[in-house]
Amino acid sequence: MDVYLPIANLSVNGLVIVGLGGLMGILSGMFGVGGGFLTTPLLIFYGVPPTVAAASAASQVTGASVSGVFAHTRRGGVDYQMGGVLVAGGVLGTLVGAGLFRILQELGQIDTVINLLYVIMLGSIGGLMASESVQSLRAMKTGRPLPARKRRHHPMVANLPFRWRFYRSGLYISPLAPLLLGFVSGILTMLLGIGGGFIMVPAMLYLLGMSASVVVGTSLFQILFVTMIATMTHALTTKAVDIVLALLLLIGSVAGAQIGAQFAQKARPEYLRLALAAIVLLVALRLALGLGFRPDEIYAISPL
Amino acid sequence: MRIFLALILLLTLGAARDPILVPEVSQHEIQVRQGFTGTELLLFGAILNPDGTRAARSYDIVVVLKGPVRSIILREKAKVAGVWINADSTEFRSAPTFFAVASSRPIKDIVDDRTAAIYELGLPWLQLSPIGAIDPAEQTRFSAGLVDLMQRQTLYQQNETAVTVSAGVLYQARIKLPSTVQTGTYTAETFAISRGKVVAASSTTVEVRKLGFERFVARAADQQSLWYGLFAVVMSVAMGWLAGRLFALI
Repeated sequence: MDVYLPIANLSVNGLVIVGLGGLMGILSGMFGVGGGFLTTPLLIFYGVPPTVAAASAASQVTGASVSGVFAHTRRGGVDYQMGGVLVAGGVLGTLVGAGLFRILQELGQIDTVINLLYVIMLGSIGGLMASESVQSLRAMKTGRPLPARKRRHHPMVANLPFRWRFYRSGLYISPLAPLLLGFVSGILTMLLGIGGGFIMVPAMLYLLGMSASVVVGTSLFQILFVTMIATMTHALTTKAVDIVLALLLLIGSVAGAQIGAQFAQKARPEYLRLALAAIVLLVALRLALGLGFRPDEIYAISPL
Repeated sequence: MRIFLALILLLTLGAARDPILVPEVSQHEIQVRQGFTGTELLLFGAILNPDGTRAARSYDIVVVLKGPVRSIILREKAKVAGVWINADSTEFRSAPTFFAVASSRPIKDIVDDRTAAIYELGLPWLQLSPIGAIDPAEQTRFSAGLVDLMQRQTLYQQNETAVTVSAGVLYQARIKLPSTVQTGTYTAETFAISRGKVVAASSTTVEVRKLGFERFVARAADQQSLWYGLFAVVMSVAMGWLAGRLFALI
């Protein structure tokens, strides 16, 4: 099924794009990550221009997160108060990120910075998650329970002033911590074209110490708003949002998100986390190799 | 009187030596609409003596199809501290978005380098107008890089067997345009070459334009970006919501 993408100026196989969206949707519903960290590179690999890929992937992540937020709301898995603070930080981050994007683009180093950021973040977070899930799996096998993890936020978070009560997250902490977290994820959304879920989820668990039952839902809630703003920013500045591409991705991903959310309830969280860690590490490895090996294309064209 | 007659004879003979080209293109407008996967353009025509008889000699035909030009910056990657990054760059003021050369024989057998460079016959002779003073070696490296990159995307083509000439009169050439072609005015130039000299040239234009829904989307994204962006956001939210509702029913 050939579909012509009017903004990307390219003809693609529609079914491949729908399938790609579906895969990302499943990841999104299962792990609470947007899936943007895979969509964008895969689209570029398929021949879609990088800017169009990042801009259109953002709107796909929006759709997948709405779908996921609904699924999680039904079982009370969204802390709206915490989400609100994260979104506020995210909006600020997006604006700063847009400025950074332009500076790096003028220097011609945006691709390198994007790749390096990906490798560093995916590598460290993937490693952290993998080692943790391996530990808990080993504990399950031997039957010896791990020393109960004290669900505590990071000492630095505890030192911040003004404390708020976040009932659903089971926290009494300063809103500055999630605000800062949202800010960082906003910058990353603009730079990398991702929702930032794969950073948010571990950060919420390990830095803020949020209750695990609301982490995925709240992360999706934040991603939803940040990607909406990112889509608007792209539409107004780069004009690279391809509505046909976004629609194809959406068809796949909204359905996938529902399937993923249902699957997440059945699967054991330890295995889920190990699977996500494996995916994240694989992507990081691929990107790291890409940095070191001679690239296929030595030359790159950009309009003046 | 006799001299006058001789002169006329000479003039007509001289004129008779330059043949005329009657070129035509299969489509003067290429419509980019849903399902567009690229197209094949047939460039054909006849080569005749001015009096309409078959040209006495055989001519070589070279067809050049050139897309709209744009200013680009070309970046070159290099390994710095173990990582491949964009290191060097150069700017070209007139890099064509599409360039295809078709001929009946290898260009180097038809004309010398000087003529080829004047008429842009062949990818090595593209006039890219680099900006700023850079040394020739570096310039050659960059243009070779650009040509190679575009050639692999089939946006630059050089096919030295694509033109067929039948009975010394009719010629035809097929040029494939991939789906990634830019919209705009393309010029198709046809050259008749004999003994290393261009004896007749003729050009025509082909318009590549988006139509219908594709045109509407491209325009909206460019001119009504606020509404376009809002629509994209509303569409994604609505689809996500709809899927949520549908699956809740199941």
